[in-house]
Amino acid sequence: MLRYLTKRLGYYAALLIAAVFLAYAISASALQPRTYFDAKVPRPSAESVEHQLTSLNLNDRTPVLVRFGHWTGGLLHGDLGRTIHDTPVSDDFGRRVWVSLRLMLLGSLLGMLLGVAAGAWSAVRQYRISDRLLTVLSFVLLSTPVFLVALFLKNGAIAAKDAAGHEVVPFTGYETPGLTGGLGAHLADWALHLLLPTVSLALGGLATYSRYQRGTMLDVLGSDYLRTAEAKGLTRRRALLKHGLRTAVIPMSTMFAYSFLGIFTGAIFTETIFGWHGMGEWLIQSINEQDVNSVVAINLFTAVVVLASGFLADTLHAALDPRVRS
Amino acid sequence: MTAVAAEPTDPDSPVGRADPADPTGRPRATGRGRLVLARLLAARGAVAGAVLILLLFALAFGGPYLTPWDYAAPDFSALHQPPSAEHWFGTNGVGQDVFAQTVRGLQKSLIIGLLVALFSTVLASVVGACAGYFGGWADRALMFLVDLLLVFPSFLIITIVSSRLKSAGWIAFVLLLALFNWMITARVVRSMTLSLREREFVRAARFMGVRPLRIISRHILPNVASFLIIDATIAVGGAVMSETALSYFGFGVKAPDVSLGTLLAAGTSEAPVFPWMFYFAAGLLVLFVLAVNLVGDGLRDALDPTAGGAPRRSRRSPRSRRSWRKQK
Repeated sequence: MLRYLTKRLGYYAALLIAAVFLAYAISASALQPRTYFDAKVPRPSAESVEHQLTSLNLNDRTPVLVRFGHWTGGLLHGDLGRTIHDTPVSDDFGRRVWVSLRLMLLGSLLGMLLGVAAGAWSAVRQYRISDRLLTVLSFVLLSTPVFLVALFLKNGAIAAKDAAGHEVVPFTGYETPGLTGGLGAHLADWALHLLLPTVSLALGGLATYSRYQRGTMLDVLGSDYLRTAEAKGLTRRRALLKHGLRTAVIPMSTMFAYSFLGIFTGAIFTETIFGWHGMGEWLIQSINEQDVNSVVAINLFTAVVVLASGFLADTLHAALDPRVRS
Repeated sequence: MTAVAAEPTDPDSPVGRADPADPTGRPRATGRGRLVLARLLAARGAVAGAVLILLLFALAFGGPYLTPWDYAAPDFSALHQPPSAEHWFGTNGVGQDVFAQTVRGLQKSLIIGLLVALFSTVLASVVGACAGYFGGWADRALMFLVDLLLVFPSFLIITIVSSRLKSAGWIAFVLLLALFNWMITARVVRSMTLSLREREFVRAARFMGVRPLRIISRHILPNVASFLIIDATIAVGGAVMSETALSYFGFGVKAPDVSLGTLLAAGTSEAPVFPWMFYFAAGLLVLFVLAVNLVGDGLRDALDPTAGGAPRRSRRSPRSRRSWRKQK
């Protein structure tokens, strides 16, 4: 198992290096920091623009490879470079990363767990009313883009506020500014603010996973070994959980790996819609400001997160399926 | 990600071509076609989806002729008017007819969805079949490329690049979307090709000296066609969703063009007070993607005799279980 995981780790490291280089090359050549300085009022002199661009490692007259080398040198010392406003990128990064991770981790975990549970449950109750209802619901959810789900929820919250006369569920930001009270009050406040963004992220995952899980579970339900497990005296529930669900989850572990991409994209939308100051808002803002170093930092973050979740999926796969380990 | 078990039929062997139960030796192709059609018509969801898609296409392309209003022309005597006999879906803040706009946006979104699905499916089938058939370094290099593109959120790259492509218009946007939409399909095609490569009819062709590219186009691709058809259908829905999301944030279709995404963006802030500016476009978007998914699901059941891959695999067919196990 260790050998298999080491091999995967090496492959992921190669992917990470290639991905980061590609991200740097694309961002550095597509974005134009020069236009940001040229558009400033009052317009700075040509020399000062040149000077600032060079000191920020953004000068488009330096070859991309040289700039990339410079940036990598900094990265090895834990330095992500400076933003276009000449502040350290790591400051922004450190502030925003927890805002986003909170949302993404909760949203994906919730979607995954509920989806697997709902799919397995609906497979066991195939063709009953509850199965059909769940199927219809997941089809409608699968056909609704995440940003639309978020907008529906937000509009619902606004309507509820108008009807009740006060805010029922918060729909902007991730905390109430200037909230007083102890830790409990803060935690409750956070949880309430997390509710709508998390739900809009989790619903998509719930729909996808439940469809796939229903399919794999149906296969397992008809299998001989499950009948054997029941014949040797296990109750149906125990046989289903111990032998059925475990086998049915294996093909899903590969899905978990790349699902984080979808979650990240979804988080960009939900953050923007619910007014969270997270990575998603940062991305859109820094693209509009032609801020290459920030954009590359976000790319680095997503690449690391995606590959880490890929590695986690491999580990999960190896743990569940003994054939992979050898 | 979609796990699909390949149980290809062989077009060139006598068994594959003629039905053994049929002594006249009539080609089986029509029989299969009829069977698929019969199965498809038996699935109520798929029929409803197909009818919906036809209606939406009729609305998108015939709608502009039904209304006297142009999608861009303002009617200053009617600002923020609710739906009425004159303006069927109401008007927006500058008096533009929302029906004309929605129909026009639907048209653009449908065209983009179809083109993206077409391009990405062609790319995926070529790359996947080549990687699977040639193997070795070509395979490793192509799969590395696939993994590399999967590591990026396509949204990031499209937003970065599209800020430079303002002048190139929506065709460049279609190509960008297609470029980031083919990787998973290519993986499935590759794994199907791997097993097809060892089949007798492909080996026979190889030993007869048929050139690799010809084998791919004559023997490999026809055998993955049913998967590609299903996948392309579902890709239309996915492409429309990506298009609207990107356009919503201003990175896709840009003014003066309208798509469902730009309409939703314009209607969002007004939705609580003037719901008709938001919910008609939102409803049509969900309806179209839902219809596409229903048809895709029905096709999956109808086309694949072994009932491959994901959601609705029948537990009644013993063959499906066998192929599933083999594939694991």
